This record gives sequence, C-alpha cells and structure tokens, in this order.
Amino acid sequence: MMRPSSARIVLYVISALVLVYLILPIVIIVPISFSSARFLTFPPPSLSPRWYQQYFSNPAWMQATRVTLTVALLTVLIATPLGIAAAYAISQSKLRIMRIIHMALLLPLVVPIIITAVGIFFVYAKVGLVATLPGLVLANVMLGLPYVVISVLAGLQSFDPAQEMVARSLGMNRLRSFFAVTLPQIKSSVVAGGIFAFISAMDETIVALFISGGQYQPLTKRMFTALRDEIDPTIAAISTLMTAASFMLVLLASARLRRNS
Amino acid sequence: MLALVSPALLVILLLIMLPVGWLAWQSIYHDGFTLENYRRIFTEDIYWRSFALTFEISLAVTVIALLLGYPVAYLANAVPKGWSMLILSLVVLPFWTSVLVRAYAWLALLQRTGVINQFLRYLDVIGEPLALVHNIFGTVVATVHILLPFMVLPLYATMQKIPGELMQAGASLGASPSLSFVRVFLPLSLPGVLAGCTMVFVLCLGFYITPELLGGGRTVMVSMLVSRNVELYNQFGAASAVAVVLLASVLLIFVVVSRFIPLDRVLGQK
Repeated sequence: MMRPSSARIVLYVISALVLVYLILPIVIIVPISFSSARFLTFPPPSLSPRWYQQYFSNPAWMQATRVTLTVALLTVLIATPLGIAAAYAISQSKLRIMRIIHMALLLPLVVPIIITAVGIFFVYAKVGLVATLPGLVLANVMLGLPYVVISVLAGLQSFDPAQEMVARSLGMNRLRSFFAVTLPQIKSSVVAGGIFAFISAMDETIVALFISGGQYQPLTKRMFTALRDEIDPTIAAISTLMTAASFMLVLLASARLRRNS
Repeated sequence: MLALVSPALLVILLLIMLPVGWLAWQSIYHDGFTLENYRRIFTEDIYWRSFALTFEISLAVTVIALLLGYPVAYLANAVPKGWSMLILSLVVLPFWTSVLVRAYAWLALLQRTGVINQFLRYLDVIGEPLALVHNIFGTVVATVHILLPFMVLPLYATMQKIPGELMQAGASLGASPSLSFVRVFLPLSLPGVLAGCTMVFVLCLGFYITPELLGGGRTVMVSMLVSRNVELYNQFGAASAVAVVLLASVLLIFVVVSRFIPLDRVLGQK
C-alpha cells in the first residue's frame, strides 16, 4: 500500500478517461454557443453573442420558453402537494394496499417513456387535450410525481412520528399538527422533490413530441425538430442556458438537503 | 389515509394506467378482436429485425456501461470522502442535463466536421473524416453516456456496504490484492452489478431520442417503430402491439430480477 501499484494506476487512468467522457459533451456546448461561425467549427474562429441574440429575439423561441417555464412551474405547484400527501399516507398507514399504491406511484419511472407518450396521445386525442396547456401540465405532473414521492418519503423516514403524536395529544388536529410540526422538518426533502419535478418537466421531450402542438410547444419540442432539420448554434445557446438553469436548481436542492442532514 | 393518497393515485390511473390499458386494448381490438398486429410483429421482417437490433444495442450498451462504470464506482469507493464526493458529482452532473442537450452535444462532437474529427485531422491521425455518427456507433456512444450514471450509482451504493476489513482479512490470510478482489470484493458487489445492469438495459430498450437523432435513420429501435407507426403511417394498432411487447419485455425483466434483489433497490437510485 506504500506506493501505488500498477493496477491502481490503470484504475486511475480509466476512471479519469470515463469522467472526461461524461463531462466533455456538457462542457463543449458552451464554446460552441459563443462561436461567431454559422456552422459548427471548433475551436470557434471568434467569440460572439449572436446565437444568444438570435434566441432572445426570435418570437417562436420566446413563446416556447414561456410554455416550458409555465408548464414546469404549474407542474411543481400541483405535483408537490399531491406527492407530499401520498408520501405521508404511505409512510403512516399500515394498510397492505399501500405497498401496491407505492409501487403504482413509481410506475412513470418503470414504463418506457415512449409507451407512456403514445398512450397519453391516444387518450388525449379522444378527450381533446392534444396541443393544450392543461394536457401538457397534467402529463408532466404524472411524470414528476415519483420524484416528489421518493424524496418526501426519504425525508419522512428520518422524521420521528412521535413528535406529531405529541402535538396532537396537546390538542392540535391532524392537519394542524402536520403543518406545524411535520412539514417544517421535512421541508428540505419537499423542496428537493419539487426542484426535481421542475427539472423533469423542463427537460421532458418525448411526451411533448406527441401531445404538444400549435402555440403550446415547449422548448424541447422545438429543439428536437430543429435538430432533425439543421444544426444551428442557437440550439447550443439554448442548451447552455438550460444546463445552467438545471445546475443552479440542483445545487439549490443539494444545498438544502445537506443543511438539514 | 386512502383519501390522502387518492389524488396522486388518480393522476397515475388516468395518465399512465388508462393510456397503457388503452394501448393494450387497441392492439387486439379493431372492429372486432384480432391478433393480426401481433402476428405481424413475429412474422414480418422489419419488426423482427428492429426488436433484435434493440436487444443487441441494449446488451452492448449495458456491457460497455458496466466496463466503464465499475472502475469509477470502485475508485469512488476506495478514495477519501472528499474525492469520492467529487467523482460522484461528476457522474451525476450529466444526469441533470437534458437528454436532448446531450444528444446535440454528441452531434457536435461526432459529426464529419465535428470537434473530434477536426482534432484528429489536425493531429494528422486520419486523412478522411471518420463516420462517427448517424450510425449505430454514434447511437451507442451517446446512449452509454446518458445511462452510465444509472450504472455507477447502484454499484457505488453496493460497494459502500462491503466492509473494508474483509479485504484486509483476505490480505492477512496471504491473498494478493487481485485475488482478494476476485474472490471477496467482486462477488459481494454483484447485487449492485445486477441492479445497475437491469436499470441500464431496461432504460435502453425504450430509448428514443439518441437513436432518432444520432442513428441516421437506419438504426430503427423499437421506440422508433412505435413512433413511426403513429406519426407516419397512422397504424395505431401496430404501434400499440409493439408498445405492448416492449412493455411486457420490460416487466418480465423486472419480475425476474426482483427474485434476486429487492426492486426498490433497482429503482430508487435517482
């Protein structure tokens, strides 16, 4: 153990290469997005903000951005309370059926997304929800629920339910004792779950490809169609902004989680 | 308590169980019951080949992800805490980047005039640009990239639970590091290997964005079969039957795997 063995060195080298492979594609979009060239060249001939200007001055991209942000925000506002209620019930109840319900709530992670997407498309086509904002939000609420449930359940696991019992024995009703005692203590998991649901809605592409249309197309759908036709560095600019937004949210979520643990 | 869980359950019922049920129904019913859609999957070449290709790609992606992911998880487990936190954050970083963004990045890296080809030509390693994308190679490279975290995290979680004293015990009994790795560490890490491989394989079976954008139209995976039958040919019955077979494969894998390790260990990683 005194000197690194050759096996160790091989391990370090392989791991370093794998980490480069993981990070490189995420890093590379930043210089591309600031390139002045019309076509993809690397390294960029000179730096310019033109693709960001292109993005911010294009009404179609702006409309898509508004749709994405609206959908993601509404998703969080709906999925978070639903997920908290469900996680609370699952953790408190001793009913046998809760195990099955718990599994059912994780279904969106199990069913291949393409199947979910096509299925929702068929159902929406029958009830007239295709290419509508409520349709898009509902689908994303379903996809975001597992993240909230998993996160809040983890939070509840480290919470002592006896505390809530104390509050109730002192005369609070169940609802008040939940809001006064339990919720403040699992706040970090709730925030983290909500943030994950937001990112999930922001990045969701495949369901949107099938069910969104007209003026209610999110960013990802427009990006996908643009990528199929022609690669334009505007996409790199949007990608950079999306990635920056995601990372900021994740940092926020993990900072919250760490503060509490 | 059931009242509390019912709104969430309703969303799941209406937006995933009902749609999937609808698919299943539509695959066998079209002006009367028919198994025509399934007969076509098992007899017609395009369907059969697409399923075979999807399983082959998924297998390749799983094996590559295991080979790349195991050393990283091992290293993260072996180094001091600060370093392992750094390694793990680098692993989960791509997790939170849109799949679409990463597909775009790979396109930028791998295409004929892309970063890698230009770099290799600059170094004079190659004369003509290599065809790195719009084929199976590009699809696999990008898919492994997206699924690698799903391999590393369960591996790391399992390795964390292996007591370090076991390796020391092996050493004190005269085993070389490589022998105690093969005889002690590796077998104990197998549940993590199984969990990671299951997740990667299953997710890969249903992958859509990378083969669609990086496969060049020739790499028709099952998911693309589903979408083309819907979008191009309006063959809803055929699309549904393909979806049902895909889902059945996924569930079957989960059922088989759950006999060996608890399922929430496979799922609860993200």
